[in-house]
Amino acid sequence: MSAQPRFAAAAYCGLFFMLLAILASSAWWLGNSPSQMQFDARLMPPSTSHWLGTDALGRELWARTVAGLRLSFWVGLSAALLGTAIALTLAAVATLSTTLNAIISLLIDTLLSVPHLILLLLIAFALGGGTQAVIIAVAFTHWPSLTRVLRAELLTVRQAPYVAISQGFGKRRGFILVHHLLPHVFPHCIVGALLLFPHAILHEAALTFLGVGLDPSQPAIGVLLADAMRYLTAGYWWLGVFPGLGLLLMVLCIDRLAFHLRRAL
Amino acid sequence: MLEARQLQFGFRSNVPLLETLSLRLEHGEWLGLSGNSGAGKSTLGKLLAGLLTPQHGDVYVDNKPLTQRGLRPVQWLAQSPELAVNPRWRVGKTLREAWTPSDALIQDFGIRRDWLERLPNALSGGELQRICVLRALAPGVRYLIADEISTMLDPITQVELWQALKQHARHHQLGVLVISHDAALLERLCTRRVHLAGGVLN
Repeated sequence: MSAQPRFAAAAYCGLFFMLLAILASSAWWLGNSPSQMQFDARLMPPSTSHWLGTDALGRELWARTVAGLRLSFWVGLSAALLGTAIALTLAAVATLSTTLNAIISLLIDTLLSVPHLILLLLIAFALGGGTQAVIIAVAFTHWPSLTRVLRAELLTVRQAPYVAISQGFGKRRGFILVHHLLPHVFPHCIVGALLLFPHAILHEAALTFLGVGLDPSQPAIGVLLADAMRYLTAGYWWLGVFPGLGLLLMVLCIDRLAFHLRRAL
Repeated sequence: MLEARQLQFGFRSNVPLLETLSLRLEHGEWLGLSGNSGAGKSTLGKLLAGLLTPQHGDVYVDNKPLTQRGLRPVQWLAQSPELAVNPRWRVGKTLREAWTPSDALIQDFGIRRDWLERLPNALSGGELQRICVLRALAPGVRYLIADEISTMLDPITQVELWQALKQHARHHQLGVLVISHDAALLERLCTRRVHLAGGVLN
């Protein structure tokens, strides 16, 4: 029974890394086609010569979508990893003393009580926009729920008899944290990061769409969707549908991977 | 000498489980502690080993308060060895967390070398309990609190475990507090017996 979820997770991991390799190498095989303008082929609908159509400046939408997904992927990955690192650090600190635990619980509750998007907008705006600002804003708003899970898990393991016995052998708190507690929550961290990932990508797209995210000259999904807004009502549906579909597929793909890993670990 | 002086402890502050309780355990002495379920035997054992902190009174080793830092001279042995080892560590690593026993001692306790390469879930309760007992015999340990350590073992394994422990304890003059329901076991192992009831010893 236990082999089956692991097999499914391994299969999903393989598929995921294959897609990742294609996406990562797209910078090389796309060349400059995402920004190449063709003024004789503006706003062309999807056809055999223009697979997903072209935008108002005659740029190939498929190339821009792939480039946008690549950028979104890296932003999402960085934000998810940074968010997980923050969550793990704070959860570990919370186990060190009751005072620190109380402070961190308060911090978690405070952040959870503020609407996500408002905080995201404020941080991204304060940092002046751009890729870095988006990564930092997403990471700094998405750690609380994961921290709560990790903290609870660490506090439970800390009560385990083998931890008390380890203390009895004269092991210090740092040793116990690194050798007994943290390895226990490592699988939670991987799954947590993967679940954070789609969130980060969607928020990155949302921030960019609202204009405080990535640079409008970059082919990001949020930029493509914001551009498409002006043309959608005029019937140029492909400008909005394909980048949106690409984003949806990537998010679903990562979500599935996280689901299978959570069952396997 | 391991000594509990005027210990008072309760999980809820207004309901004391143990009331001004005093106990002495000499070097090399085997003391039996019996009592009904819920009488506080394990709690007393944990207090003596420093795993719990009493609300009043203190535990002394040779007239000095039990230290919380470094290797504690009083070690606690749990009833269920599965909870007393890190499930992610190989058994050899678990053993070496406390000290590195000699091959002869490992053999005395009936531990096979290949067990040390396994994870705890690949060993039986009895096999794991031997590891836990041996782990607690680190140099510098002078008292053992054996909290129902043989309850879940078959009779042959019980005898083997107690014999190995008895031999080592005699050699190193360890004081052992045996906590058990089993009156016959206490009769055979211990030179002195106390009964815990209603929060007091008699």
